[in-house]
Amino acid sequence: MANQAQDSSMTLKLLLAWGFVGIPLAWGVMQTIANAMKLFQ
Amino acid sequence: MSLLSFLDRSHTIAKPGYSRWMVPPAALCVHLCIGQAYAFSVFNLPMSKLLGVSQSTPADWKLTDLGWIFSIAIVFLGLSAAVFGRWVEEGGPRRAMFTAGLCWAGGFLISAVGVYAHNLWLIYFGYGVLGGCGLGIGYISPVSTLIKWFPDRPGMATGMAIMGFGGGAFIASPLSVWLMQKFSTSTHIGVAETFIVLGIVYFFFMMVGAIIVRVPAPGWKPEGYVALAHTKKLITNNDVFVYDALKTPQFWLIWWVLCLNVTAGIGVLGQASAMSQEMFPGHITPVAAAGFVGLMSLFNMGGRFFWASTSDYIGRKNTYFCFFLIGTVLYALVPWTGSIGSVAMFVLAFLVIISMYGGGFATVPAYLRDIFGTRYVGAIHGMLLTAWSAAGIFGPVLVNYIREYNVTHGVPKAQAYNTTMYIMAGLLVVGVLCNFLIKAVHYRFHMKSEQEAERAQAGIAAAGEPVGA
Repeated sequence: MANQAQDSSMTLKLLLAWGFVGIPLAWGVMQTIANAMKLFQ
Repeated sequence: MSLLSFLDRSHTIAKPGYSRWMVPPAALCVHLCIGQAYAFSVFNLPMSKLLGVSQSTPADWKLTDLGWIFSIAIVFLGLSAAVFGRWVEEGGPRRAMFTAGLCWAGGFLISAVGVYAHNLWLIYFGYGVLGGCGLGIGYISPVSTLIKWFPDRPGMATGMAIMGFGGGAFIASPLSVWLMQKFSTSTHIGVAETFIVLGIVYFFFMMVGAIIVRVPAPGWKPEGYVALAHTKKLITNNDVFVYDALKTPQFWLIWWVLCLNVTAGIGVLGQASAMSQEMFPGHITPVAAAGFVGLMSLFNMGGRFFWASTSDYIGRKNTYFCFFLIGTVLYALVPWTGSIGSVAMFVLAFLVIISMYGGGFATVPAYLRDIFGTRYVGAIHGMLLTAWSAAGIFGPVLVNYIREYNVTHGVPKAQAYNTTMYIMAGLLVVGVLCNFLIKAVHYRFHMKSEQEAERAQAGIAAAGEPVGA
């Protein structure tokens, strides 16, 4: 039971940590892709 | 006192139940911030008309003077990584990330004062010296921790972090432009305010990384992972002391391998826009060239993860053979793509080249770990980064000066880069030789127990982790 609670707490921490870095990075990559598309226009 | 002890390595040892997958985002928190350095050029033009606002006045700073800010930062990146590498290694990742955050954010805040007071020397010191130290310490801070958490996939782990350094500019560039727009008025350019906001945001981000990072407990291994009892030819289970590594030919061969790989990429990265337009006049417009530069940045970032992860399967030496052999062929083909007017072939060639440029940065920590062991890999990596500083001079000089020489001697602009491309191909052949010569380190350089004990007594390894762990 305690192990399960620890596991779900760690999963939540992982989601938060990856979201914390992943969301800004994804935003930056989208901006760059939009800019890069000008090569094909 | 409590804050200082919180930063100690002993306070970062992971408790049971901690997932090693928390460490890559911790590393990315730092690398995404310091990767801003690649986007610093967005400030150059606004800073050249701080007094004139709509246009530069004679009292405004010149672009050539502003260019020194980035150069100083890169020099101090290399110097601080080399000088503080051992301190970073022995003090643990949290202390290093905290220090890097202070330097990086402090650099922005001092630069904001420099912009406000219109004193360029303050910016040289703030962003260049202090920020450069933040760059160097931050760059190497998570490397050995990641390698210790991922002994089964060290290339992938360090590739993820170093990918963040390539990706940091993607965030910083549009964010900086947006902030400057918000803070600018008809009589004022909001560079100082943008520096303040960036400094605060980056400090917060880097502190999150410092808080969530952990080092594995002594003797920890991933579930199901069995260390090779008999090491492969180029993968050692021994450790080499940081300064002993400098005495080995392997260190200097890898130094040249990195330097040559970076030289080949960095020159074209800086000149990609102009080069593509001059080689394909009428076909590649300035707008399309900007798109090409953006695409190259994406491949630079993606290549860091792709090639470093691939190296876990095919080996580091083979990965560098790929960089050098494929790179040689592609550089030699670039003039031909220009002569037949194939934009697609030209773009494809450079995207692969630039992916290998990024891959070279990301694969080298795992290469060092294979050759010199885990114990001082971060510090050895720090010293190796001087190869980057050297390549930062060689690459642009080769591309710019040879082009200039050709143009002044009557070579058409479309063919002005051909000689450089052949020289780059030649440099990569030298890289093949250097890589070929890399063998396992002689056992006399391996750390021995008495040597470790002696150093522990001298207080060198008094960082909470058992010596030689």
